[in-house]
Amino acid sequence: MKKTTHHLPSDVDIELRMLIEAVYLKYNYDFRDYTGSSQKRRVLAAMRAMACDTISALQARVMHDPAAFTQLLQFLTIPVTEMFRDPDYYLAVRRLIVPFLKTYPSLNVWVAGCSTGEEVYSLAILLHEEGLLERTQMYATDINPDSLEAARRGVMPLDKMRRYTENYQKAGGTRAFSDYYTAAYGGALFDRALVDRVTFADHSLATDNVFAETHFISCRNVMIYFNRRLQNRVLGLFHESLCHRGFLGLGSKESIDFSTYAQRFEPLAKRERVFRKVAS
Amino acid sequence: MTFATTSSSDAALRAALRGRRFEAVVIGGSAGGVDALVTLLPALPAGYRLPVICILHMPADRESRLAELFDERLPLPVREAADKEEIVPGIVYFAAPGYHLSVERDRTFSLSCEPPVHFARPAIDVLMESGADAYGAGLVGILLTGANHDGADGMAHIRARGGFTVVQDPADAQVETMPEAAIERSQPNLILPLARIHALLPMLEMNES
Repeated sequence: MKKTTHHLPSDVDIELRMLIEAVYLKYNYDFRDYTGSSQKRRVLAAMRAMACDTISALQARVMHDPAAFTQLLQFLTIPVTEMFRDPDYYLAVRRLIVPFLKTYPSLNVWVAGCSTGEEVYSLAILLHEEGLLERTQMYATDINPDSLEAARRGVMPLDKMRRYTENYQKAGGTRAFSDYYTAAYGGALFDRALVDRVTFADHSLATDNVFAETHFISCRNVMIYFNRRLQNRVLGLFHESLCHRGFLGLGSKESIDFSTYAQRFEPLAKRERVFRKVAS
Repeated sequence: MTFATTSSSDAALRAALRGRRFEAVVIGGSAGGVDALVTLLPALPAGYRLPVICILHMPADRESRLAELFDERLPLPVREAADKEEIVPGIVYFAAPGYHLSVERDRTFSLSCEPPVHFARPAIDVLMESGADAYGAGLVGILLTGANHDGADGMAHIRARGGFTVVQDPADAQVETMPEAAIERSQPNLILPLARIHALLPMLEMNES
C-alpha cells in the first residue's frame, strides 16, 4: 500500500509553529490553541504586509522588535465585527434574558473578546432602553490593547451607520439610532454615558482566570478561532464566572455540543445561541 | 474566449483518474450555482464513499435553506457544515452564509469571520486552500458557474498540492467568468460540461489502489 504523506508538516507549518511558540515565550500571548487554517492565513497576510519573505524572517523581526510584535498582533486577532450583528440575537437577549436580569438589584455583564467595541455599545444601548444600564457593571475584555483603546474611544466609521441602523431596528431598538452618536473625529462618536460603567480590561481567555461573578456573558464569534481544548477551557471559565442560572450568548454558528460542558448549559433559544446555566 | 473541453467519454474520464485515490470533494459555484448543483448532486449514490463539501455565494443575511432543500432530494444526508464538526464520508455539506469555511488538518470544519475574499464570505478560495492543505493529493476540486474570480487561487493551490481539479466548461456555464478565471490561473486536470461532471462524480469514489 502506498504510504500517504499528508501528515508530514510542510516548511510553512513548521515555521508557523515556531513563530507561535516564540510569541508565547517572548510576549506571553498564547495562540497555541488557535485554529490552524485561519491562523496560517493571517500570519501569511502579516508576512506579506510586513515585507518578510518567510515566516522565519517574520519571527526574527518579532523576536527583536516589540513594535513588530504589536503589528503582528493586529493580524493574529480578528477585529471584524459590526453593531447589532445578527439582530435576532439581540432580540432574543431582549425577550428572553432581560426579564430575568430585571429581577437583580445590580448586574455584572461580561463581553468576552470585545474587539473594537461594537458588541459593547450594542449591548449598552439595549440595556439602556430596558432601564438596566444604570445598575449594570459591564466588563469588556480583549487581548489586543489597540482594539481595547478603539473600544474605549467608541468612534465607529460613519459609512457603517446605515447598516448598523438597519440592524438596530431589526434588533428591536425602540428609539432613533442616531440619538446615540454624533459625527466627530471623522466618524460616529458614541454617547460616553453608554460606557460610563464599562471597565475595559486586558484579559486572555487562553491564560487568565475568572475575575468576577457575572449574570450574563456575551462572547460572540470568539471561540470559533479556538480548538476544542481551548473552547473547553473558555466554557469552563464562563461556567465558573456565571452566577446560579446565569446566561451565556454565543455567535450564531457556534456550538457547545462538542464540548464537555454541553450538559452544563441548556439552550434558551437554540437558533440565536442563547444558553442558561443548568442548576448544579 | 474559447477553451478546449477535455475528451470526456467514460473511458477517457477513467483514464484521467487512474492511479488516484480520493478522500474528499469540494464543489464551488456562484451565480447559477444552485441550478448547477440541482443537476449535479443527484449523481451521488447512497453510501457514497467520500465527503462532498459544497460552497455557493449566498447573501449573508438570509438563513440558508440549501442543506434542507438538497436533503429532501438526495439519497444521502445533507447538512450545513458546523464549527469543529468532524468531516464524515458519505455526507454532503454546505457552507453556512456569512462565515468562511475551512478544513483543518484533523479533518474537522472550522468557521471564521475574517474579511470577505473577492467580496465573498464564504469564499471558495479559503475552503479550497485549507482543504488542499488537509487532504493533499486526496482532494478533488470542482469549480462551476459564477460571476467573479473566487476559486481560481483555490484550484491552483489544490493542483500545487497534488490534488485533482475539474472546471465546468465556460461555454456550458450559466456565467463563464469564474470558470474562465480558474482556467487562466492554472490548467485544470479536466474541463467538462455539467453533464460529464455528473458522470465523473460516481467514478471519484472508485478505489484505484
